Amino acid sequence: MNGARQGFALPRPGSGAPQPPAPAPEPVPAAPEPLPDDASVDLASERAAAGVDAVLDSLDSGLVGLVPVKTRIREIAALLLVDRMRARFGLAAQSPSLHMCFTGNPGTGKTTVALRMAELLHRLGYLRSGHVVSVTRDDLVGQYVGHTAPKTKDVLKRAMGGVLFIDEAYYLYRAENERDYGSESIEILLQFMENHRDDLVVILAGYADRMEAFFASNPGMSSRIAHHLEFPDYTLDELAAIGDLMLRHQRYRLSDEAAMVFREYLARRMAQPRFANARSVRNALERARLRHANRLAAAPGTLGKDDLMRLEPADFLASRVFAESGGERPDVRRSPRVS
Amino acid sequence: MRITQGTFSYLPDMTDEEVALQLRYAIGNGWAVSVESTSDPRPRNNLWEMWGLPMFGQRDPAGALYEINECRKAHPGRYIRVSAYDSRHGRQTTALSFLVNRPQADRPQADRPR
Repeated sequence: MNGARQGFALPRPGSGAPQPPAPAPEPVPAAPEPLPDDASVDLASERAAAGVDAVLDSLDSGLVGLVPVKTRIREIAALLLVDRMRARFGLAAQSPSLHMCFTGNPGTGKTTVALRMAELLHRLGYLRSGHVVSVTRDDLVGQYVGHTAPKTKDVLKRAMGGVLFIDEAYYLYRAENERDYGSESIEILLQFMENHRDDLVVILAGYADRMEAFFASNPGMSSRIAHHLEFPDYTLDELAAIGDLMLRHQRYRLSDEAAMVFREYLARRMAQPRFANARSVRNALERARLRHANRLAAAPGTLGKDDLMRLEPADFLASRVFAESGGERPDVRRSPRVS
Repeated sequence: MRITQGTFSYLPDMTDEEVALQLRYAIGNGWAVSVESTSDPRPRNNLWEMWGLPMFGQRDPAGALYEINECRKAHPGRYIRVSAYDSRHGRQTTALSFLVNRPQADRPQADRPR
């Protein structure tokens, strides 16, 4: 307690421990001398120094599928790495514009990738701090005249040095109401994206068709975004792998039969409306955990570690997805989101 | 006469890069940066006009520097200072304060040997 306290008094010599110095901020790297023309740099050591591989590997192992997205991220990483080395030779190029647009169906991992992207860009020295400010329309658009500009600027200021992630960006522009303040917000956003390119990376995210309409009515926005990344839907195998990964993170596992039942569950769930990819998988697993806990709580006797970790087919078979297609409980009025 | 108020005021005026480094230090210490301006820099005048709210939660000096430049644009003829407020228990006071803008009459060329 005492150590964290920092008052005005100077520490008296010889009386107790000296005040700990304030935590020093990271040192600012000084610009080194440009290398001579005939020098050569080691790509591998440069990669290692930047810690790029750790991020890219965690991207590969932590995210299933998403091949086009991963390819593009690798390209960006390579470009920034090469740019760093070019800078060592004094071949300064204009820093690339890295504003991005993520389109894809719900639950395809747009937010997750945005977080990883911020970390990657920070490691590569493109962003100074690498934090993510995640906002929606509410945070940017004001409620009365003159409210929008300060609000938007405040958010942009907070995001400087990091990534501004605008979820469901198409809500910013409302075509049906021409007096809507959203367009004012878009204007400021565009201005910042252009003038503060080195300080800020803006990532817009949303569903593909609505983003299309959004860009059609804001052509300036579309042309200022260099990277349009499409997040494809997951296949059944990928969804099963995602489920496995989630369970492993939570220290659960599926019994062999349960794994088959889980696949069957996913196949049926995919055919149903309002399927939200990885998010649906997560919800299904949450509910399986509930049933698992209920089953254990009701069962007599003692429990081992394995019992606490293992999910059984019964935990999935009780789901509405199975009940409905079996024709046992054809209750159509139940909310499709609850299964 | 050259006004000497706050930290660094006996030094030559700082460039934007130097200001950014100071801001970085302040933010790194967890202090909230704010921008204030006045046309009346008497020592007893401690009611400078605030330029926006103090920037709590600011993570990067670029945002604060942007506000400073906006304030310079709006009030080129005023004294502008940056204050960094330490909100920690036991301190709760201005930890750092320095001038970032002077009116033309108080610019350094007049009285600084070069």
